[in-house]
Amino acid sequence: MVKITFIDAAGQSRIVEAEEGSTVMEAAIRNDVSGIEAECGGACACATCHVYVDDSWLEKLPKAESMEEDMLDFAYDVRPASRLSCQIRVTAEIDGLVLHTPEQQG
Amino acid sequence: MTEIIKTDALIVGAGPVGLFAVFELGLLDIKAHVLDILPKIGGQCSELYPEKPIYDIPGFPTITGQGLVDNLMKQIEPFSPTFHFNEQVEQLESIGTPAAPLFRVRTNGELTFEARVVIIAAGGGSFQPKKPPVPGIEAYENISVFYAVRKMESFRGKRVLIVGGGDSALDWSLNLAPIAERVILMHRRDEFRAAPHSVNAMRELVAAGKMDLTLGQMTGLKGEGGQLSAVTVKANDGSIYDIDCNRMMPFFGLTMKLGPIADWGLNLHENLVPVDTEKFETNVPGVFAIGDINTYPGKLKLILSGFHEAALAAQKANRYIFPDKKVVFQYTTSSSSLQKKLGVG
Repeated sequence: MVKITFIDAAGQSRIVEAEEGSTVMEAAIRNDVSGIEAECGGACACATCHVYVDDSWLEKLPKAESMEEDMLDFAYDVRPASRLSCQIRVTAEIDGLVLHTPEQQG
Repeated sequence: MTEIIKTDALIVGAGPVGLFAVFELGLLDIKAHVLDILPKIGGQCSELYPEKPIYDIPGFPTITGQGLVDNLMKQIEPFSPTFHFNEQVEQLESIGTPAAPLFRVRTNGELTFEARVVIIAAGGGSFQPKKPPVPGIEAYENISVFYAVRKMESFRGKRVLIVGGGDSALDWSLNLAPIAERVILMHRRDEFRAAPHSVNAMRELVAAGKMDLTLGQMTGLKGEGGQLSAVTVKANDGSIYDIDCNRMMPFFGLTMKLGPIADWGLNLHENLVPVDTEKFETNVPGVFAIGDINTYPGKLKLILSGFHEAALAAQKANRYIFPDKKVVFQYTTSSSSLQKKLGVG
């Protein structure tokens, strides 16, 4: 299992275990991480699983593809570290990933 | 007083499950009207993922959202349903009895139906424009902030800020540039999802000094009594500034809201409509709920489950609409009467 830390807008942090091959969004939903809605169920069609990647991980994650960038247009308070968690694949390489959830989803 | 449209079945929602309900009802000689809040058929399949492949439709190893909708339209063609677009059901009133249900249904577009059965196939609810989460925006809506253009004339001579990077934002920038005092298009990045020819046309207007393009995100609104005077913007370098404008149109796509279904006297559970798993009927006899909108123990939000639910709901609808008809279960492969209805016999 891969460990992912979610820190909410109030600074509360939670570590969840994610299965390799799933997506970060799926791990968040399975563990009831607050601040992730994922209305569309992972089709990259809603921008309600928006997260900010912690500075310490920015260089290590693969960049968003153009479909994800397009969908991020619909998210609220988009920053350079913004990603859609349904488009981040869980692999051994991201063990220990730190993500911040936004104040609100779109 | 508008004319009342009388129908056997009224289907609320023209997504894949609503469309397949037309088929199942049609085999039983039940005529249907179908309405949808969107201007087109297909629901989420057409609106959210027309080009994305679906892998779990039985018999189709892969099919796109739009491909599935196109096939369903072909499949239901023999039953020639009547579609009503841009319509949202506002009111559902029972005027029958539990044994012989009848419903009067009114829409926001002032249509009135009288239907023997109502089949709710509304998916995640109705698609509505996504509001930018800017505090206090409600006070400006329909006065100086608009999510759609009803009359272009009302933008004549105005300073219009259009926010977004898709086709709606670009199309309205191009359409309003000649009549507005000034059109300012704002997007969070210098790449656009809109059709390339519209993007090129926009860039030409900007180069010619006929409109403005600015990059950033809206953070606040300024104005009084619903009348906007400026929009506060955070630029990508973090700086904050105001854009003077007296009209603003945000185009942030669509979101799904349950909408007026909550006021129809149906039991609800977490914004879903509980049904039984024999007939997929709600607590109101004659009102069925099928597809993503319903809930029952073990519910899976799959299109294929919705198809099954449509078939069983149609069987019960048949008993309401033709109480004296002998119920004979038939297969389309072997029944000559079904094949005749399908136009293949």
